[in-house]
Amino acid sequence: MDGIPIKTFTVGSKLLALYALASSEDSVFVVIPKSGERDTFQLVSVKLTKAAGQDLEAKELSVVLHGVGASPKSIAFGREGEYVASVKDLNLQVYFFKQKQLNRFSLSAVKTKGGNNHFTCVACHPTEDCIATGHADGKIRLWRNFYHKKEYTFSTLHWHHDTVMDLAFSIEGTSLLSGGVESVLVLWHNGSDCRKDFLPRLGSPIEYISMSSDGALCCTLHTDNRITIINSNLRFSKCIQGLIKTMDVKTGLVVDPRTKALVLNGEPGHLQFYCLQSDQQLFSLDIVQRQYIHQAGLKQTDLVKVAFSAQGKWLATVEERDEVTDPELQLKLWFYDEETQSFKLNTRINMPHEDHVTDMCFRDMDELEDDSLILVTAGRDCVFKVWVMVEDTDPEAQQSVSWNCDFVGSYHNYQATNCCFSEDGSVLAVSFEETVTVWDSVTWDLKCTFCHPPGKIRNICFGRLTCSKYLIGATDHGFLCCWNLLSCALEWSAHLNILVLQPDPLSEYIAAVSWLSKESSLFVFKPNEPRPIYIQRNLCKEKIQLAAFIPRDEPETVGSEKYLWLRRSQLFFLTDTQELMTLSTKSLEERLTPSSKQLAVEESLPVTPFSLLLGKHRCQQSQQDIDLGKRVVQNKHEQDSPAVKELLHTPAHVLPSASFLCPIFINSLLISKENKSAEVAADEVEMESEKAEDESDEERDITEMEQEDTSPMELLGEMTCKLSKSQEKELRKIRKTDYSWISAF
Amino acid sequence: MATYKAVAVPAVPRLGERITQDTVYWRGYKTPVQIKEFGAINKIDFSPVPPYNYAVTASSRIHIYGRYSQEPMKTFSRFKDAAYCATYRDDGNLLVAGSEEGSIHLFDVSGRAPLRQFDGHTKPVHVVGFLSDKYRIFSGGDDYASYLWDIPSGTDIVSYSEHTDYVRCGCASKVNADVFITGSYDHTVKLFDARTKRSVMTIEHGQPVESVLLFPSGGLLVSAGGRYVKVWDVLKGGQLLVSLKNHHKTVTCLCLTSSGQRLLSGSLDRHVKIYSTTSYKVVHSFNYATSILSLALSPEDETIVVGMTNGVLNVKHRKPEERKEKSQKKRQPAYRTYVKGRSYMPKQEDFCVSKPVKRVLRKYDKLLKSFQSSKALDAVLEPPIRLYTPEVTVAVMQELHRRGTLRSALAGRDEKQINLLLTFVARRVIEPRFTSVLVTVADMITDIYQPVVGQSAIVDRQFLKLQEAIGKEIDYQEELLEVLGMMDTLFATFTQKRATCLEENKSNGLNRGY
Repeated sequence: MDGIPIKTFTVGSKLLALYALASSEDSVFVVIPKSGERDTFQLVSVKLTKAAGQDLEAKELSVVLHGVGASPKSIAFGREGEYVASVKDLNLQVYFFKQKQLNRFSLSAVKTKGGNNHFTCVACHPTEDCIATGHADGKIRLWRNFYHKKEYTFSTLHWHHDTVMDLAFSIEGTSLLSGGVESVLVLWHNGSDCRKDFLPRLGSPIEYISMSSDGALCCTLHTDNRITIINSNLRFSKCIQGLIKTMDVKTGLVVDPRTKALVLNGEPGHLQFYCLQSDQQLFSLDIVQRQYIHQAGLKQTDLVKVAFSAQGKWLATVEERDEVTDPELQLKLWFYDEETQSFKLNTRINMPHEDHVTDMCFRDMDELEDDSLILVTAGRDCVFKVWVMVEDTDPEAQQSVSWNCDFVGSYHNYQATNCCFSEDGSVLAVSFEETVTVWDSVTWDLKCTFCHPPGKIRNICFGRLTCSKYLIGATDHGFLCCWNLLSCALEWSAHLNILVLQPDPLSEYIAAVSWLSKESSLFVFKPNEPRPIYIQRNLCKEKIQLAAFIPRDEPETVGSEKYLWLRRSQLFFLTDTQELMTLSTKSLEERLTPSSKQLAVEESLPVTPFSLLLGKHRCQQSQQDIDLGKRVVQNKHEQDSPAVKELLHTPAHVLPSASFLCPIFINSLLISKENKSAEVAADEVEMESEKAEDESDEERDITEMEQEDTSPMELLGEMTCKLSKSQEKELRKIRKTDYSWISAF
Repeated sequence: MATYKAVAVPAVPRLGERITQDTVYWRGYKTPVQIKEFGAINKIDFSPVPPYNYAVTASSRIHIYGRYSQEPMKTFSRFKDAAYCATYRDDGNLLVAGSEEGSIHLFDVSGRAPLRQFDGHTKPVHVVGFLSDKYRIFSGGDDYASYLWDIPSGTDIVSYSEHTDYVRCGCASKVNADVFITGSYDHTVKLFDARTKRSVMTIEHGQPVESVLLFPSGGLLVSAGGRYVKVWDVLKGGQLLVSLKNHHKTVTCLCLTSSGQRLLSGSLDRHVKIYSTTSYKVVHSFNYATSILSLALSPEDETIVVGMTNGVLNVKHRKPEERKEKSQKKRQPAYRTYVKGRSYMPKQEDFCVSKPVKRVLRKYDKLLKSFQSSKALDAVLEPPIRLYTPEVTVAVMQELHRRGTLRSALAGRDEKQINLLLTFVARRVIEPRFTSVLVTVADMITDIYQPVVGQSAIVDRQFLKLQEAIGKEIDYQEELLEVLGMMDTLFATFTQKRATCLEENKSNGLNRGY
């Protein structure tokens, strides 16, 4: 599998599902919308012509079934492609290809507490004439005898309490797998109701189930963007996951200062640490520590706020359960344990606020001492609270700290909506609906208030570095205001409907994402000048919910002036459709080149003893082949020529100047004429056969060469590797030359 | 794939006293033995040698008690009037006591008649003691004078009359045989050196000094007077190290534990406070029935003896160390069953099959795992859980509520079970940590069983009890709210004053600025 398309067929309409059968190789089945009618779909078979060429047009469409469901799960092909079953709403259609007969079966609508009995998915038995259908009320029906319109039979299997999301038969057809919202994989033996096995707690609702063709593995695709691979004996085997998708990212995008990972809601009740560089979930921290019940309509505790201290030593989380009678609210403080390399629960505070916590922040001081660490939470109960660490005073007691409330502040009984510390931690800004209040963080005195009516404050943040005297606020009436803290006056304001306001922690730039006329736009500005330094209109069509600056490992060299603000950190956005996006400073081509460069480096990795051994073996083998006069297709594992390898592996400081090396390198890319003739190559092989192993690679390349004359396309890859013997020797000489005399200057 | 998470039973911080090592240590005393004396007990002194008898001075008698005896082993009653401050010598052979008539008596502990009598004080002598060389005695009296006596000759060596009020307490240094201190009602503590004619150091305590104490190292001095206990650094020339104000009446006596790690102070407010001598924080406190006049701790803290104003002697003995090994109730499997196969080292070619670790779940967790709500609720209503760990019962109820199955779990119960449930709810609903959950439960129960009210006398009675409990709680909360309102008013007036004060300052500053 090389991921290169062989042929492309253009059907000409939107394809919603695609089925390819082993029995009919020359055609595929697709679900396309019926022209002229909305929300009506049909299953058509597409004839794949065998004409030459890359891009073809598939024009031969024949409609198989009308009025099918749009979901790929609603159609299944029966034993050896003899029939096709389709479900929609309350109808099951079975079409027999040979007889050209269409049977329809319908259920009478039944509404129960659990839901209706609409069909949701269908699966066909691989060897028998049996169709399994899943229903919205959690039942599974096994249909038999469906050749007859009247005398058909079905049996019911019922375990799921909610919609059956997908069904799959095992390869032999002895068992049936089903999954749903419960996130339990159910294995039904022999289609009987009494014998079943479960694999519970798979993490999130199962969307699709699929069996491997040898029946050894089964995999489930979950709603949260995750694939679980399960052994056939229902043992969990592996999990493939990147960024876990959640319904609502309530925590916001937070950066873990320790790992530079993006931190946000993961599995229900968990916090995921997602590494952007490797597209991997680093780990998932269980915050709620309670059994999650996968059941629709159940109000469960969820993580709503997360904050890290500047060093990543402390983590504060707020979890909520929204219930009218008995709301639960917990503030948890986690301490990073160096020994176990994970966060350990330090303090749990029940009901830190009477109502929802709206914002939370640590006093971000880069100092190591802990006594400057303060946590501020703002709540809808009209107060903000200051939490401090208290040490256990008893010297004999175990040295431990816990968190306590130190101060409760309020302002005219308005709801506190946002809180933010200035860069040096001396001043705290808390927004109360329409007003921003500024507090001294030592005495907790109210210093001044800012207000820009009308409109409530949506976001506030302080400027950084040279702009630390400015306070930026965005109101929901579409104003962006910048106040000067020294003069306590409005410095400037702009009419912008800002949704997200995100300061870069490493520079004074602030990114603001606005939502105007159904498109998101990005504005980057410095607080000290009202003119933005970067504007990106029409960033995307979706609403951008959150943004985060991720510090780069090392400052990037940015070519254009326009992207200077992206030098230290990278900006990431999360849209309301849960798509994570970033802004790149490079053009498309530039972005692609490094990956190919990377590949080149990987190919020139030093040879391992094993590969040497293998190379030797192969060399001998090829020799034998040549002796026998056979043409063998060899494994086309590309290897660089030793010359290029040497060039790449020689330390840069001992290499001669680039101008000297350039002609050698360029020459090495040329295909030398004498190698073209097979005889010479063969001779050389024989000549060199007793030589050192490291040259065997090249020899193999040469032997490959003679076979590849037919396909010039594939040659391109090897061309770089060619370097004539003389040039190689020259290069070696250069390497051996002592350049130590240079250092004398 | 995650494993089942057991129901988390929330731990509620214990209110009130925190359990520290100190509280555990100081609680390790048996119930006190009370002995009635003839009058107020002004001094208790332990013999420094085993078997650690102690001398109790009360009224005109000195009683010697053995460690566990409730009756005095010996009595010295040769005093015409009150005796004061019977003190043992370091070797435990001699006992010295002052008296109301001004004479000082020296007794042999084994004898009966006084060995020596020192006369010189013109007023009652409230404090006497041996210097650490064993051959001299210091004394202080109500005639403001302090004397130093020579035991062999029975005469006074030197006398100091620097105090301007009664000398009521004193202490000899254990390090230097010439140094002793006296505390007086003239608010001062004076340090004397027998080699000089005048006091060496005077420390101003600020209140009439009731008791003084020197640390075994001799470097720190503790004085008690008024409500204060003050610690002074003698080596720094009497610098105040710390001032403790933990009593609300006069502190009358001081005592150190034998290790010197803890300082005890007794007061007229009926409390004995125990301080850590490193942090000078109160680590524990004892409560007594009446005002405390004297206090002593035996070596190794085996016994605490406290003397009261009403003549009751309160003796507390330390509990013997608990034996960890219980009687062999259950025979443990033999050692070899534990080690069977454990010592086998897998060879290289062996294929190891690890046995999955079996997690033990509680019964209710097992039932919750299989979604058997009603049975899970039954499981936590079993007597041991319901009675001793009600938080588990409530946690399971809350979990059921979270799962939305609490109503169905509560429904369909018979008279006996409803009675049980209601008893539990009525009893626990007023506990703040359970209130939020149990109110929901009570709500649901009344909802579900509304139609059957009146059919069973037992259930009806429980409903009434529940109503009563909630009614009481509401009244109580109302009262609390009233109190809170009053306090708010007080606080408001207080802060306003401060604010105005600040404003004044501010305006002043502004004026000056302009």
